[in-house]
Amino acid sequence: MDASGNNDMNIKAKALADVLERYGGTKGALIPILQEAQEIYGYLPREIMQEIAKKLKIPFSQVYGVATFYTQFHLKPRGQNIIRICQGTACHVRGGARLLEAISKALGIGKNETTADGRFTLETVACLGSCGLAPVMMINEETYGRLTPEKIPAILEKY
Amino acid sequence: MLDLKEWRDSLQGRLRPGDRPSLTVGMSTCGQAAGGARVMAALEEEAGRLGLQVDINQTSCIGMCYAEPVVEVALPGKPRVFYGHVTPERVPVLIEKHVVQGEPVREWALVQVEDGTVPYDGIPVMGTSPYYGCQVRVVTSRLGLTDPESLDAYVATGGYEALEKVLRRMTPEEVIEEIKASGLRGRGGAGFPTGLKWSFTRQAPGDKKYVVCNADEGDPGAFMDRSVLEGDPFTVIEGMTIAAYAVGADEGYIYCRAEYPLAIKRLKTAIAAAEEKGLLGRDILGTGFNFELHIKAGAGAFVCGEETALLASIEGRRGMPRVRPPFPAQQGLWGKPTNINNVETYANVPFIIKNGGRWFAAMGTEKSKGTKVFCLTGKIKNTGLIEVPMGITLREIIFDIAGGIQDDKQFKAVQIGGPSGGCLPEDKLDLPVDYDSLTAAGAIMGSGGMVVMDENTCMVDVARFFLNFTQAESCGKCTPCREGTKRMLEILTRICEGEGRMEDLDTLEALARVVKNTALCGLGQTCPNPVLSTLHYFRHEYEAHIKDKRCPAHVCQALLVYTIDAEKCTGCGACARACPSGAISGEKKQPHRIDPALCIKCGSCMEKCKFGAISRL
Repeated sequence: MDASGNNDMNIKAKALADVLERYGGTKGALIPILQEAQEIYGYLPREIMQEIAKKLKIPFSQVYGVATFYTQFHLKPRGQNIIRICQGTACHVRGGARLLEAISKALGIGKNETTADGRFTLETVACLGSCGLAPVMMINEETYGRLTPEKIPAILEKY
Repeated sequence: MLDLKEWRDSLQGRLRPGDRPSLTVGMSTCGQAAGGARVMAALEEEAGRLGLQVDINQTSCIGMCYAEPVVEVALPGKPRVFYGHVTPERVPVLIEKHVVQGEPVREWALVQVEDGTVPYDGIPVMGTSPYYGCQVRVVTSRLGLTDPESLDAYVATGGYEALEKVLRRMTPEEVIEEIKASGLRGRGGAGFPTGLKWSFTRQAPGDKKYVVCNADEGDPGAFMDRSVLEGDPFTVIEGMTIAAYAVGADEGYIYCRAEYPLAIKRLKTAIAAAEEKGLLGRDILGTGFNFELHIKAGAGAFVCGEETALLASIEGRRGMPRVRPPFPAQQGLWGKPTNINNVETYANVPFIIKNGGRWFAAMGTEKSKGTKVFCLTGKIKNTGLIEVPMGITLREIIFDIAGGIQDDKQFKAVQIGGPSGGCLPEDKLDLPVDYDSLTAAGAIMGSGGMVVMDENTCMVDVARFFLNFTQAESCGKCTPCREGTKRMLEILTRICEGEGRMEDLDTLEALARVVKNTALCGLGQTCPNPVLSTLHYFRHEYEAHIKDKRCPAHVCQALLVYTIDAEKCTGCGACARACPSGAISGEKKQPHRIDPALCIKCGSCMEKCKFGAISRL
């Protein structure tokens, strides 16, 4: 590993140590700690979960159990941009499935897959709560509404 | 010490347009998704270019999702005018006509709020407009009209009057009696009487108690709680503070789903502002009452909307429900007595305390009091967030407020209550919307999602859609839900793919009843409702799939048949080029034909044909 890679690892380790410090002794802190750890690393590497277990003095199985229960947590690296296509009722009756198909075709990946260049990860979500603008999707923190398959290429180009 | 009255008086007038024009953009999640930020930037740029002295602000969602982005323009001493479908391109005209020349652009205006000023002619007034006329806005009364992040705006519009009344002049028992008198029932779906629930926690022994707000709004097709949290976070906080006083708690949690980042941000801002003014935290308003409030972001598990699963999740564990009793009122968070209500329930509390339980009980029906917030979505003209008195009919909601079906197609069903609810057909449209009528008809009040379906929606596909959802979200703890949803989904998938058998319908119904009667928690007990209600009201659609191998709504892909009309086909070959499976053949300038054995029913040919020669049966 080169020097900058090492440096990056150190910054992340420091950030995680800060998080663990901040939640020290707080009841029920496991989920927020995992959320912040995932913010730092982009996903939850096994050794990070092990470290969290050690610091919280709880079994690794408990950390792993929580991390695999909630859909928000990811145990594998993901792409730079996360596309989340809404599969809610309103989006379903207004053509959400066709949207998923169009994006899947444009990127050449299926649900829960990442493009070879690591640019996009394609995920679905139960409901984004913007049903008035169905069908909708989110790319990172940005929500896009009133979509049609024709609008997809121009949106993807921005990322 | 903070004098609320003095503060409120000092704020009077500041909410109305001051001495200069104001431009306000709806910036809730939906407003932003529709391009609100670009509109706001365009307003700033244009105002700057013209050197205008104007205030440019943001607000939350006024409820007209169909018209987003929405912009309010207000001139001093004139009514506030709301414009819909505002684009950056329309901004220069809007500013030139309304702000510079003082004449509203009537063809773009949705409604005006007159506020005691002389209304403009030719623009509907909010209270009597078709969209708002049947509505009664209580919980949503500030939405889209005030700055949700401003405590000043909240206090100026009567905020914290209720808390002050409670802390200075009422005993906890009196507060509970007032809530009981109002007849308020839980707005999360089940409809348990709120005052009674509070009294259980109040009476439970123990000196440490909690109040929890369930903001894990997971029903697909529902965004009431998001809208209220984004639009009026203080009212939820005030309601929780009152509940804490009534039940004897000094600590609380708001459990909000992680998919709502803006709601979480606004709650954090609101909590910090309330703490700074001594309206939250230690010694509130100098009365010695303490209440500390935390936010917990969910991590993406639908089952955490179930109260015992939610508590497990706050404690940092897998969010799995447990058997009740003991109910949370006896043993809740960390084993302590805990009162759990949802967002809309708490949001009602300050209004009830301020106006009295009797005022609230005067609205609605005999057993369902007050108002209910609904999200209107699906195949209707006006999608949006509405608040209506209990007892209004479904027909009034769908045809008067929502403006009827999109493209004037035929109404087929309305789905109420999300994955726990049911689909009701046309002949149930005159049902009054109240807890008991909806349950009797096979749906439930639920949290407030209302998805309207038209002739192009397949009801078997809808049942499969919901089962697919509940099957994926089933936590797996109890057998009926874990196995039952899986088997029901298999049968529904089989029917949608044309492989169904008539005896499947009996199996499906029997399975649904077993799961409903034996599952551990609310998720499992209610997830058969979409299946049972569609089987009951739309059995003919199931039979068409099974007996005739036909999907009447042309939705189920495996059952579609594409054919080319030889009369209309010009032999241009566009369809053959679009076909990914090489199923279309024919000589140039001669009618083409589709080989059904090769056709994968993707519909690409139909989209490409310029002559309408391809039809789907």
